[in-house]
Amino acid sequence: MQPTLFSTQQWTVSKLTFYIRRLLEENDTLQDVWVQGEISNLSRPASGHVYFTLKDSNAALKCVMWKTSAARLGLALQDGMEVEVHGKIGVYEISGQYQLYADQIRAVGEGALYQEFMRLKSMLEMEGLFSPERKRPIPILPKKIGIVTSATGAALRDMLNTLRRRLPIVEVLLAPSPVQGIEAPPALVNAIRSLNAQSPDVIILARGGGSIEDLWAFNDERVVRAVAGSQAPVISGVGHETDFTLCDFAADLRAPTPTAAAELATQITLSDLKVNTSSLLSQLAAHILDILSEQRAHLSSLTTSLRYMSPERRIQSEHQRVDELSRRVYSSLLHRIQLQSARVNGMTQRLEALSPLAVLARGYAVVTRKDDGSVVSRVEQATPGQQISIRVSDGELDAQITH
Amino acid sequence: MPKSSSKKAEKTVEELTYEEALAELEEIVNSLEGEQNQLEEAIKLFERGQALAARCGVLLEAAELKVKQVVGDVVLPFDEESE
Repeated sequence: MQPTLFSTQQWTVSKLTFYIRRLLEENDTLQDVWVQGEISNLSRPASGHVYFTLKDSNAALKCVMWKTSAARLGLALQDGMEVEVHGKIGVYEISGQYQLYADQIRAVGEGALYQEFMRLKSMLEMEGLFSPERKRPIPILPKKIGIVTSATGAALRDMLNTLRRRLPIVEVLLAPSPVQGIEAPPALVNAIRSLNAQSPDVIILARGGGSIEDLWAFNDERVVRAVAGSQAPVISGVGHETDFTLCDFAADLRAPTPTAAAELATQITLSDLKVNTSSLLSQLAAHILDILSEQRAHLSSLTTSLRYMSPERRIQSEHQRVDELSRRVYSSLLHRIQLQSARVNGMTQRLEALSPLAVLARGYAVVTRKDDGSVVSRVEQATPGQQISIRVSDGELDAQITH
Repeated sequence: MPKSSSKKAEKTVEELTYEEALAELEEIVNSLEGEQNQLEEAIKLFERGQALAARCGVLLEAAELKVKQVVGDVVLPFDEESE
Protein backbone atom coordinates (compact mmCIF):
# COMPACT_ATOMS: atom_id res chain seq x y z
CA MET A 1 0.00 0.00 0.00
CA GLN A 2 1.39 3.32 -0.98
CA PRO A 3 1.59 5.91 1.77
CA THR A 4 -0.91 8.75 1.15
CA LEU A 5 0.41 12.07 0.02
CA PHE A 6 -1.21 13.97 2.84
CA SER A 7 -0.83 12.82 6.37
CA THR A 8 -4.02 12.16 8.34
CA GLN A 9 -4.94 14.96 10.68
CA GLN A 10 -2.92 15.01 13.83
CA TRP A 11 -5.10 15.45 16.84
CA THR A 12 -4.36 16.74 20.25
CA VAL A 13 -6.34 15.38 23.16
CA SER A 14 -8.09 18.70 23.56
CA LYS A 15 -8.90 19.00 19.92
CA LEU A 16 -10.26 15.49 19.70
CA THR A 17 -12.26 15.88 22.87
CA PHE A 18 -13.62 19.18 21.63
CA TYR A 19 -14.56 17.55 18.36
CA ILE A 20 -16.43 14.80 20.18
CA ARG A 21 -18.15 17.39 22.35
CA ARG A 22 -19.35 19.37 19.37
CA LEU A 23 -20.55 16.20 17.68
CA LEU A 24 -22.69 15.27 20.63
CA GLU A 25 -23.91 18.77 21.48
CA GLU A 26 -24.93 19.57 17.94
CA ASN A 27 -27.09 16.49 17.77
CA ASP A 28 -30.67 17.55 18.33
CA THR A 29 -31.83 14.16 19.60
CA LEU A 30 -29.23 14.16 22.33
CA GLN A 31 -30.17 17.64 23.47
CA ASP A 32 -33.69 16.66 24.55
CA VAL A 33 -33.83 13.18 26.03
CA TRP A 34 -35.80 11.33 28.65
CA VAL A 35 -33.76 8.47 30.02
CA GLN A 36 -35.01 5.77 32.29
CA GLY A 37 -32.68 4.02 34.69
CA GLU A 38 -31.79 3.27 38.24
CA ILE A 39 -30.03 5.79 40.44
CA SER A 40 -26.70 4.80 41.90
CA ASN A 41 -23.72 6.58 43.35
CA LEU A 42 -25.86 9.45 44.42
CA SER A 43 -23.85 12.36 45.72
CA ARG A 44 -25.13 15.69 47.04
CA PRO A 45 -22.16 17.79 48.08
CA ALA A 46 -22.41 21.15 49.81
CA SER A 47 -22.34 23.00 46.51
CA GLY A 48 -25.94 21.95 45.99
CA HIS A 49 -25.26 20.20 42.72
CA VAL A 50 -26.39 16.60 42.45
CA TYR A 51 -24.25 13.85 40.93
CA PHE A 52 -25.42 10.33 40.21
CA THR A 53 -25.15 7.51 37.75
CA LEU A 54 -28.13 6.17 35.88
CA LYS A 55 -27.78 2.52 35.06
CA ASP A 56 -29.55 -0.46 33.73
CA SER A 57 -28.25 -3.99 33.24
CA ASN A 58 -26.06 -3.14 30.25
CA ALA A 59 -24.86 0.39 30.55
CA ALA A 60 -24.31 3.35 32.80
CA LEU A 61 -24.65 7.07 32.26
CA LYS A 62 -23.13 9.71 34.45
CA CYS A 63 -25.52 12.51 35.33
CA VAL A 64 -25.28 15.89 36.93
CA MET A 65 -28.04 18.23 37.97
CA TRP A 66 -27.12 21.81 38.81
CA LYS A 67 -28.36 23.15 42.08
CA THR A 68 -31.04 25.47 40.62
CA SER A 69 -32.82 22.54 38.96
CA ALA A 70 -32.19 20.33 41.96
CA ALA A 71 -33.83 22.88 44.24
CA ARG A 72 -37.05 22.57 42.23
CA LEU A 73 -37.12 18.78 42.53
CA GLY A 74 -40.37 17.62 44.02
CA LEU A 75 -38.82 14.26 44.60
CA ALA A 76 -36.52 12.74 47.17
CA LEU A 77 -33.71 10.93 45.35
CA GLN A 78 -32.29 7.68 46.58
CA ASP A 79 -29.92 5.05 45.32
CA GLY A 80 -31.82 2.20 43.73
CA MET A 81 -34.74 4.39 42.74
CA GLU A 82 -36.10 3.84 39.25
CA VAL A 83 -36.49 7.23 37.60
CA GLU A 84 -36.91 9.02 34.31
CA VAL A 85 -34.44 11.83 33.82
CA HIS A 86 -34.75 14.62 31.29
CA GLY A 87 -31.80 16.59 30.04
CA LYS A 88 -29.11 17.00 27.42
CA ILE A 89 -25.91 15.17 26.67
CA GLY A 90 -22.68 17.07 27.02
CA VAL A 91 -19.00 16.38 27.43
CA TYR A 92 -16.95 17.30 30.46
CA GLU A 93 -13.63 17.75 28.71
CA ILE A 94 -11.44 17.79 31.73
CA SER A 95 -12.23 14.20 32.54
CA GLY A 96 -13.08 13.15 29.00
CA GLN A 97 -16.52 12.21 30.19
CA TYR A 98 -19.80 12.44 28.39
CA GLN A 99 -22.66 12.96 30.76
CA LEU A 100 -26.29 13.83 31.03
CA TYR A 101 -26.98 17.36 32.27
CA ALA A 102 -30.33 16.79 33.94
CA ASP A 103 -33.08 19.35 34.40
CA GLN A 104 -36.01 17.13 35.43
CA ILE A 105 -36.35 13.89 37.29
CA ARG A 106 -39.54 11.98 37.81
CA ALA A 107 -40.37 8.72 39.46
CA VAL A 108 -41.39 5.77 37.38
CA GLY A 109 -44.02 3.21 38.20
CA GLU A 110 -46.60 3.53 40.89
CA GLY A 111 -47.28 7.08 41.94
CA ALA A 112 -45.19 8.48 39.11
CA LEU A 113 -48.07 10.26 37.54
CA TYR A 114 -49.10 11.62 40.89
CA GLN A 115 -45.58 12.94 41.48
CA GLU A 116 -45.69 14.67 38.14
CA PHE A 117 -49.12 16.05 38.95
CA MET A 118 -47.83 17.48 42.24
CA ARG A 119 -44.78 18.93 40.56
CA LEU A 120 -46.74 20.73 37.88
CA LYS A 121 -49.38 21.83 40.34
CA SER A 122 -46.89 23.52 42.64
CA MET A 123 -45.05 25.11 39.73
CA LEU A 124 -48.20 26.59 38.17
CA GLU A 125 -49.57 27.55 41.54
CA MET A 126 -46.41 29.53 42.23
CA GLU A 127 -46.87 31.30 38.91
CA GLY A 128 -50.28 32.39 40.16
CA LEU A 129 -52.30 30.56 37.53
CA PHE A 130 -54.71 29.16 40.13
CA SER A 131 -55.11 32.34 42.15
CA PRO A 132 -58.69 33.21 43.12
CA GLU A 133 -58.26 36.80 41.91
CA ARG A 134 -57.89 35.55 38.36
CA LYS A 135 -61.24 33.84 38.38
CA ARG A 136 -63.99 35.60 36.49
CA PRO A 137 -67.71 35.36 37.17
CA ILE A 138 -69.78 33.15 34.89
CA PRO A 139 -72.47 35.10 32.97
CA ILE A 140 -75.89 34.31 34.43
CA LEU A 141 -77.71 34.34 31.08
CA PRO A 142 -75.32 33.44 28.26
CA LYS A 143 -76.35 33.77 24.62
CA LYS A 144 -73.63 31.49 23.30
CA ILE A 145 -72.05 28.54 25.12
CA GLY A 146 -68.88 26.93 23.81
CA ILE A 147 -68.15 23.27 24.59
CA VAL A 148 -64.82 21.45 24.30
CA THR A 149 -65.30 17.72 24.50
CA SER A 150 -65.36 14.57 22.47
CA ALA A 151 -68.04 14.59 19.76
CA THR A 152 -68.89 11.02 20.68
CA GLY A 153 -69.41 9.92 24.25
CA ALA A 154 -71.96 10.44 26.95
CA ALA A 155 -70.60 13.74 28.27
CA LEU A 156 -71.74 15.73 25.23
CA ARG A 157 -75.09 14.01 25.06
CA ASP A 158 -75.76 14.63 28.75
CA MET A 159 -74.75 18.28 28.49
CA LEU A 160 -76.91 18.91 25.43
CA ASN A 161 -79.91 17.31 27.15
CA THR A 162 -79.33 19.46 30.21
CA LEU A 163 -79.05 22.64 28.13
CA ARG A 164 -82.10 21.72 26.08
CA ARG A 165 -84.08 21.29 29.26
CA ARG A 166 -82.87 24.40 31.05
CA LEU A 167 -82.36 27.01 28.35
CA PRO A 168 -83.31 26.00 24.81
CA ILE A 169 -82.97 29.58 23.59
CA VAL A 170 -79.19 29.44 24.06
CA GLU A 171 -76.83 28.83 21.14
CA VAL A 172 -74.32 25.99 21.56
CA LEU A 173 -71.02 25.91 19.73
CA LEU A 174 -69.10 22.65 19.93
CA ALA A 175 -65.35 22.36 19.33
CA PRO A 176 -64.88 18.60 19.16
CA SER A 177 -61.54 17.21 20.35
CA PRO A 178 -60.00 13.95 21.46
CA VAL A 179 -59.89 13.93 25.24
CA GLN A 180 -57.18 11.33 25.84
CA GLY A 181 -54.09 10.04 24.22
CA ILE A 182 -51.02 11.81 23.00
CA GLU A 183 -52.92 13.80 20.39
CA ALA A 184 -55.30 15.21 22.99
CA PRO A 185 -53.35 18.12 24.51
CA PRO A 186 -52.61 20.00 21.25
CA ALA A 187 -56.14 19.30 19.99
CA LEU A 188 -57.66 20.63 23.23
CA VAL A 189 -55.51 23.75 23.00
CA ASN A 190 -56.68 24.34 19.42
CA ALA A 191 -60.30 23.73 20.36
CA ILE A 192 -60.13 26.36 23.09
CA ARG A 193 -58.52 28.80 20.70
CA SER A 194 -61.09 28.18 17.92
CA LEU A 195 -63.94 28.73 20.34
CA ASN A 196 -62.52 31.96 21.68
CA ALA A 197 -62.33 33.26 18.10
CA GLN A 198 -66.15 32.95 18.00
CA SER A 199 -66.56 34.98 21.22
CA PRO A 200 -68.75 32.73 23.33
CA ASP A 201 -70.03 34.00 26.67
CA VAL A 202 -68.67 30.93 28.47
CA ILE A 203 -66.72 27.77 27.59
CA ILE A 204 -67.31 24.35 29.10
CA LEU A 205 -64.37 21.94 29.11
CA ALA A 206 -65.70 18.47 29.70
CA ARG A 207 -64.85 14.81 29.81
CA GLY A 208 -66.58 11.83 31.36
CA GLY A 209 -65.03 9.78 34.14
CA GLY A 210 -61.89 7.67 33.85
CA SER A 211 -58.59 6.71 35.44
CA ILE A 212 -55.80 9.16 36.13
CA GLU A 213 -54.15 8.11 32.87
CA ASP A 214 -57.41 8.65 30.97
CA LEU A 215 -57.72 12.14 32.37
CA TRP A 216 -54.04 12.92 31.98
CA ALA A 217 -54.51 15.29 29.03
CA PHE A 218 -56.25 17.69 31.42
CA ASN A 219 -53.08 17.81 33.52
CA ASP A 220 -50.96 18.67 30.53
CA GLU A 221 -49.23 21.98 31.02
CA ARG A 222 -50.20 23.26 27.55
CA VAL A 223 -53.89 22.61 28.14
CA VAL A 224 -53.81 24.11 31.63
CA ARG A 225 -52.19 27.27 30.28
CA ALA A 226 -54.77 27.47 27.46
CA VAL A 227 -57.57 27.30 30.04
CA ALA A 228 -55.97 29.96 32.19
CA GLY A 229 -55.45 32.20 29.18
CA SER A 230 -58.93 31.81 27.68
CA GLN A 231 -60.73 35.09 26.90
CA ALA A 232 -64.09 33.56 27.75
CA PRO A 233 -64.59 32.27 31.29
CA VAL A 234 -64.11 28.49 31.54
CA ILE A 235 -66.13 25.95 33.49
CA SER A 236 -64.19 22.71 33.92
CA GLY A 237 -66.22 19.52 34.26
CA VAL A 238 -63.76 16.65 33.92
CA GLY A 239 -64.28 13.18 35.30
CA HIS A 240 -66.26 12.33 38.39
CA GLU A 241 -66.93 14.32 41.54
CA THR A 242 -63.71 13.15 43.21
CA ASP A 243 -61.44 13.74 40.23
CA PHE A 244 -59.34 16.86 40.30
CA THR A 245 -57.26 17.82 37.31
CA LEU A 246 -55.05 20.87 36.93
CA CYS A 247 -57.58 22.29 34.46
CA ASP A 248 -60.07 22.32 37.35
CA PHE A 249 -57.69 24.56 39.28
CA ALA A 250 -57.01 26.86 36.34
CA ALA A 251 -60.65 27.22 35.29
CA ASP A 252 -62.85 30.08 36.45
CA LEU A 253 -65.26 27.52 37.93
CA ARG A 254 -65.00 23.81 38.62
CA ALA A 255 -67.96 21.51 38.13
CA PRO A 256 -68.01 17.99 39.57
CA THR A 257 -69.37 16.50 36.31
CA PRO A 258 -70.13 17.57 32.72
CA THR A 259 -73.86 17.72 33.51
CA ALA A 260 -73.17 19.96 36.50
CA ALA A 261 -71.04 22.16 34.25
CA ALA A 262 -74.01 22.64 31.90
CA GLU A 263 -76.19 23.54 34.89
CA LEU A 264 -73.66 26.05 36.20
CA ALA A 265 -73.51 27.64 32.75
CA THR A 266 -77.27 28.27 32.81
CA GLN A 267 -78.09 29.86 36.15
CA ILE A 268 -81.20 31.44 34.73
CA THR A 269 -83.48 28.86 33.21
CA LEU A 270 -86.43 28.88 30.86
CA SER A 271 -88.91 28.77 33.74
CA ASP A 272 -87.18 31.76 35.34
CA LEU A 273 -87.59 33.64 32.08
CA LYS A 274 -91.25 32.70 31.85
CA VAL A 275 -91.84 33.87 35.42
CA ASN A 276 -90.04 37.09 34.60
CA THR A 277 -92.26 37.70 31.58
CA SER A 278 -95.40 37.06 33.68
CA SER A 279 -94.15 39.41 36.33
CA LEU A 280 -93.50 42.15 33.79
CA LEU A 281 -96.98 41.65 32.38
CA SER A 282 -98.47 42.02 35.88
CA GLN A 283 -96.48 45.19 36.47
CA LEU A 284 -97.66 46.51 33.12
CA ALA A 285 -101.29 45.86 34.08
CA ALA A 286 -100.85 47.38 37.54
CA HIS A 287 -99.32 50.54 36.14
CA ILE A 288 -101.98 51.05 33.53
CA LEU A 289 -104.68 50.53 36.16
CA ASP A 290 -103.00 53.15 38.33
CA ILE A 291 -102.89 55.56 35.44
CA LEU A 292 -106.56 54.94 34.64
CA SER A 293 -107.66 55.45 38.20
CA GLU A 294 -105.58 58.63 38.43
CA GLN A 295 -107.29 59.88 35.30
CA ARG A 296 -110.66 58.93 36.68
CA ALA A 297 -110.03 60.86 39.87
CA HIS A 298 -108.84 63.85 37.89
CA LEU A 299 -111.94 63.73 35.72
CA SER A 300 -114.13 63.44 38.78
CA SER A 301 -112.63 66.51 40.35
CA LEU A 302 -113.05 68.42 37.11
CA THR A 303 -116.68 67.35 36.97
CA THR A 304 -117.20 68.59 40.49
CA SER A 305 -115.65 71.92 39.63
CA LEU A 306 -117.77 72.11 36.53
CA ARG A 307 -120.91 71.44 38.45
CA TYR A 308 -119.92 74.18 40.79
CA MET A 309 -119.63 76.52 37.83
CA SER A 310 -122.94 75.47 36.16
CA PRO A 311 -125.56 78.03 34.91
CA GLU A 312 -128.11 76.60 37.32
CA ARG A 313 -125.78 77.26 40.09
CA ARG A 314 -125.03 80.69 38.79
CA ILE A 315 -128.66 81.53 38.56
CA GLN A 316 -129.16 80.43 42.11
CA SER A 317 -126.19 82.44 42.97
CA GLU A 318 -127.59 85.48 41.23
CA HIS A 319 -130.91 85.05 42.96
CA GLN A 320 -129.12 85.08 46.18
CA ARG A 321 -127.28 88.21 45.20
CA VAL A 322 -130.46 89.93 44.24
CA ASP A 323 -132.08 88.93 47.47
CA GLU A 324 -129.12 90.18 49.31
CA LEU A 325 -129.12 93.48 47.51
CA SER A 326 -132.84 93.88 47.95
CA ARG A 327 -132.49 93.36 51.61
CA ARG A 328 -129.83 95.97 51.79
CA VAL A 329 -131.78 98.42 49.70
CA TYR A 330 -134.83 97.88 51.82
CA SER A 331 -133.02 98.41 55.04
CA SER A 332 -131.33 101.47 53.66
CA LEU A 333 -134.63 102.93 52.51
CA LEU A 334 -136.18 102.17 55.81
CA HIS A 335 -133.41 103.98 57.49
CA ARG A 336 -133.86 107.00 55.29
CA ILE A 337 -137.58 107.03 55.84
CA GLN A 338 -136.98 106.91 59.51
CA LEU A 339 -134.62 109.81 59.26
CA GLN A 340 -137.08 111.79 57.18
CA SER A 341 -139.92 111.20 59.54
CA ALA A 342 -137.75 112.28 62.41
CA ARG A 343 -137.04 115.49 60.56
CA VAL A 344 -140.68 115.95 59.79
CA ASN A 345 -141.53 115.44 63.39
CA GLY A 346 -138.95 117.96 64.34
CA MET A 347 -140.27 120.45 61.88
CA THR A 348 -143.81 119.91 62.98
CA GLN A 349 -142.84 120.71 66.44
CA ARG A 350 -141.10 123.89 65.45
CA LEU A 351 -143.94 124.78 63.23
CA GLU A 352 -146.30 124.32 66.04
CA ALA A 353 -144.24 126.53 68.20
CA LEU A 354 -144.39 129.24 65.56
CA SER A 355 -148.09 128.87 64.74
CA PRO A 356 -150.40 131.81 65.34
CA LEU A 357 -152.57 129.50 67.38
CA ALA A 358 -149.78 129.12 69.86
CA VAL A 359 -149.38 132.92 69.85
CA LEU A 360 -153.08 133.37 70.44
CA ALA A 361 -152.84 130.86 73.21
CA ARG A 362 -150.32 133.04 74.90
CA GLY A 363 -152.81 135.92 75.04
CA TYR A 364 -152.26 137.77 71.83
CA ALA A 365 -155.23 138.59 69.65
CA VAL A 366 -155.73 139.26 65.99
CA VAL A 367 -157.86 142.32 65.31
CA THR A 368 -159.64 142.59 62.01
CA ARG A 369 -161.98 145.38 60.63
CA LYS A 370 -165.37 144.11 60.15
CA ASP A 371 -166.04 146.16 57.11
CA ASP A 372 -163.18 144.88 54.91
CA GLY A 373 -161.68 142.10 57.01
CA SER A 374 -158.24 143.64 57.00
CA VAL A 375 -156.02 143.09 59.90
CA VAL A 376 -155.40 145.97 62.18
CA SER A 377 -151.80 146.01 63.19
CA ARG A 378 -151.42 149.79 63.63
CA VAL A 379 -153.49 152.38 65.40
CA GLU A 380 -154.19 154.46 62.37
CA GLN A 381 -155.77 151.53 60.61
CA ALA A 382 -158.82 151.84 62.86
CA THR A 383 -160.97 154.92 63.49
CA PRO A 384 -163.23 155.43 66.50
CA GLY A 385 -166.64 154.05 66.07
CA GLN A 386 -165.47 151.29 63.66
CA GLN A 387 -166.74 147.79 64.20
CA ILE A 388 -163.88 145.31 64.73
CA SER A 389 -163.50 141.61 65.30
CA ILE A 390 -161.13 140.42 67.96
CA ARG A 391 -159.89 136.85 67.45
CA VAL A 392 -158.64 135.19 70.57
CA SER A 393 -157.42 131.62 71.03
CA ASP A 394 -160.72 130.01 71.35
CA GLY A 395 -163.06 132.31 69.42
CA GLU A 396 -164.03 135.85 68.29
CA LEU A 397 -165.22 138.95 70.14
CA ASP A 398 -167.15 141.77 68.46
CA ALA A 399 -166.13 145.32 69.57
CA GLN A 400 -166.34 148.93 68.69
CA ILE A 401 -163.43 151.36 68.82
CA THR A 402 -163.99 154.12 71.28
CA HIS A 403 -160.71 155.87 70.52
CA MET B 1 -100.63 62.93 14.24
CA PRO B 2 -96.89 62.11 14.37
CA LYS B 3 -95.55 60.94 17.70
CA SER B 4 -92.73 63.18 18.78
CA SER B 5 -91.59 60.77 21.46
CA SER B 6 -90.41 57.87 19.19
CA LYS B 7 -86.67 57.54 19.44
CA LYS B 8 -86.24 54.80 16.86
CA ALA B 9 -88.30 53.29 14.10
CA GLU B 10 -90.39 50.62 15.76
CA LYS B 11 -90.18 47.12 14.35
CA THR B 12 -93.25 44.97 14.40
CA VAL B 13 -93.33 42.69 17.41
CA GLU B 14 -92.99 39.63 15.19
CA GLU B 15 -89.59 40.77 13.95
CA LEU B 16 -88.04 41.02 17.39
CA THR B 17 -85.69 38.51 18.96
CA TYR B 18 -86.31 37.38 22.51
CA GLU B 19 -83.69 39.77 23.92
CA GLU B 20 -85.06 42.71 21.94
CA ALA B 21 -88.66 42.03 22.95
CA LEU B 22 -87.71 41.62 26.60
CA ALA B 23 -85.65 44.81 26.65
CA GLU B 24 -88.46 46.85 25.10
CA LEU B 25 -91.01 45.37 27.49
CA GLU B 26 -88.87 46.38 30.47
CA GLU B 27 -88.52 49.87 29.04
CA ILE B 28 -92.28 50.20 28.68
CA VAL B 29 -92.92 48.98 32.24
CA ASN B 30 -90.44 51.55 33.58
CA SER B 31 -91.95 54.26 31.44
CA LEU B 32 -95.46 53.62 32.67
CA GLU B 33 -94.30 53.48 36.27
CA GLY B 34 -92.33 56.69 36.31
CA GLU B 35 -93.17 59.25 33.75
CA GLN B 36 -96.30 61.27 33.29
CA ASN B 37 -97.84 59.88 30.16
CA GLN B 38 -100.81 61.20 28.27
CA LEU B 39 -103.58 58.70 28.72
CA GLU B 40 -103.76 57.83 25.05
CA GLU B 41 -100.02 57.28 24.85
CA ALA B 42 -100.09 55.20 28.02
CA ILE B 43 -102.74 52.95 26.57
CA LYS B 44 -100.77 52.53 23.35
CA LEU B 45 -97.68 51.59 25.36
CA PHE B 46 -99.70 49.13 27.39
CA GLU B 47 -100.97 47.44 24.27
CA ARG B 48 -97.49 47.20 22.80
CA GLY B 49 -96.25 45.83 26.11
CA GLN B 50 -98.89 43.11 26.02
CA ALA B 51 -97.86 42.17 22.50
CA LEU B 52 -94.21 42.06 23.53
CA ALA B 53 -94.94 39.83 26.52
CA ALA B 54 -96.90 37.51 24.24
CA ARG B 55 -93.99 37.43 21.79
CA CYS B 56 -91.54 36.54 24.58
CA GLY B 57 -93.87 33.75 25.66
CA VAL B 58 -94.11 32.36 22.13
CA LEU B 59 -90.34 32.42 21.64
CA LEU B 60 -89.71 30.72 24.97
CA GLU B 61 -92.27 28.02 24.27
CA ALA B 62 -91.07 27.32 20.75
CA ALA B 63 -87.34 27.40 21.49
CA GLU B 64 -85.21 24.54 20.25
CA LEU B 65 -81.57 24.20 21.19
CA LYS B 66 -79.33 25.31 18.33
CA VAL B 67 -76.08 23.31 18.17
CA LYS B 68 -73.25 24.07 15.76
CA GLN B 69 -69.61 23.06 15.66
CA VAL B 70 -66.43 24.95 14.96
CA VAL B 71 -63.47 23.34 13.23
CA GLY B 72 -60.54 25.68 12.94
CA ASP B 73 -62.14 28.94 11.88
CA VAL B 74 -65.22 27.49 10.24
CA VAL B 75 -68.62 27.16 11.88
CA LEU B 76 -70.57 24.16 10.64
CA PRO B 77 -73.84 22.53 11.52
CA PHE B 78 -73.62 19.68 14.00
CA ASP B 79 -75.64 16.53 13.71
CA GLU B 80 -76.19 15.06 17.13
CA GLU B 81 -77.33 11.72 15.79
CA SER B 82 -73.98 10.93 14.14
CA GLU B 83 -72.48 8.94 16.95
